[in-house]
Amino acid sequence: MNDVAIIGVGLHPFGRFEKSAMELGADAIQLALKDAGVGWKDIQFGVGGSLEIANPDAVTRLVGLTGIPFTDVFNACATAASAIQLCADTIRLGKYDIGIAVGLDKHPRGAFTAHPSMLGLPAWYAENGQYVTTQFFGIKANRYLHEHGISQRTLAKVAAKNYRNGVINPNAFRRKALSEEEILGSPMLNYPLTHYMFCSPDEGAAAAIMCRADIAHRFTSQPIYLRATEIRTRRFGAYEVHSTFAPVDEDVAPTVYAARAAFEAAGIGPGDVDVIQLQDTDAGAEIIHMAECGFCADGEQEKLIAEGATEISGSLPVNTDGGLIANGEPIGASGLRQVHELVRQLRGQAGDRQVAGNPRVGFAQVYGAPGTAAATVLTV
Amino acid sequence: MQKALAPEISTWPDEQPQLIGSRCGDCSATTFPTQALCPRCSGDKMSDELLPRRGTLIAWTTQGFVPKLPYAGGETAETFKPFGVGLVQLDDVIRVEGRLTESDPEKLKFGMDVELTMVPFYTDADGDEVITFAFAPA
Ligand SMILES: [Zn+2]
Repeated sequence: MNDVAIIGVGLHPFGRFEKSAMELGADAIQLALKDAGVGWKDIQFGVGGSLEIANPDAVTRLVGLTGIPFTDVFNACATAASAIQLCADTIRLGKYDIGIAVGLDKHPRGAFTAHPSMLGLPAWYAENGQYVTTQFFGIKANRYLHEHGISQRTLAKVAAKNYRNGVINPNAFRRKALSEEEILGSPMLNYPLTHYMFCSPDEGAAAAIMCRADIAHRFTSQPIYLRATEIRTRRFGAYEVHSTFAPVDEDVAPTVYAARAAFEAAGIGPGDVDVIQLQDTDAGAEIIHMAECGFCADGEQEKLIAEGATEISGSLPVNTDGGLIANGEPIGASGLRQVHELVRQLRGQAGDRQVAGNPRVGFAQVYGAPGTAAATVLTV
Repeated sequence: MQKALAPEISTWPDEQPQLIGSRCGDCSATTFPTQALCPRCSGDKMSDELLPRRGTLIAWTTQGFVPKLPYAGGETAETFKPFGVGLVQLDDVIRVEGRLTESDPEKLKFGMDVELTMVPFYTDADGDEVITFAFAPA
């Protein structure tokens, strides 16, 4: 099997724009091509991810009708991870040498919604007021804080850190710092999570160009190796978003399995990671995912975050670009934004957000309905 | 008159209503609501099982804003009152997610005893009172 290198990344800023989702995607592709120093005609295949756009492959209308195979994927919050995995595995298996993964989305305002039957749920679940994704995050965060001695203020510290990182990320949606008091004082959406502790759906696009690792130096002096992307769904025993019930005997969340599998495939451990991107749908999720991915023990986050470990300057930098809280979540693009930031960090191109000490290993994780997680490991 | 939001999921109007789940004849996994195949062993030996009425609160939150449609409550942002939501362990059988009659974070406690109840939810277009299941402190 071939190893896989990322030779170019591109990202259209996240936020609210007059352009169509397709135009955002075309812009991200152009930026990735330029970054890789290749032309669209060099791309042998593509994978596109989106929720709102049924056919991301139609972006070829804007960037070039070259006849390449182009596959569209949707996998909720793991959509971009699926695009990355499919693109990388196609190269690993030797089918093509160079391909692109692109994610693009443009969501209406407000929390995501779809008919419950689309997720195999009974209508009463929604009619009863339980079909609310943020509600699950409130339940999970509340229980985690209670069981592991973490304060509500630590939630505010996480959100404040991500807004702060957004201020120094020109591509971010939210670029205004918020104090812990402002975050704690905003309306309570789902206890203990307040309005400013949540990300919101928005618009954006991101792309990554990958190739066989043995030819990467033709294109760049700084290839970043995609060592693993693993996707896992919930097992019987896990209590996940949109659950009518859970068994008494608990199993761990799918993120735990995805992270373990990715680290095993990469031959790397959590202790080797220098820069981290986690799914911060809400501030509690970032805290919980730190432990689920193996970066700390349950409960250690209270002290680590108080000490600034997850800051850009800390020992365990998390969401250096502001994460979902500062960037919002265009579902199809979100996981590719994480990879874009990691590639910039590992190349030493992250500007004001650069993690010191020449980071060599990056990790990205996504999680969403109905209990699907993905983990990705990158190295220089 | 009164009618249930989802008549198929409980024994209401029994005086002591119970939720109706499924139990696997092969591995004894229990689900709520009923389903035809076992989510644990994939077997097809599922039969209806009346779930215990009492349990303990494993985890909870509050719903602080009006859920999007097809939410049936019909409140506006002005008339909406936050409600509690919890994961309740019914004996040692199953954990069920449902509304809580209590919504004050000061009064909701992890591990507190709760009991199934049927509560008025909204009035439908025919003027009938629609009731739904919830868990009340016991
Ligand atoms: Zn079974």
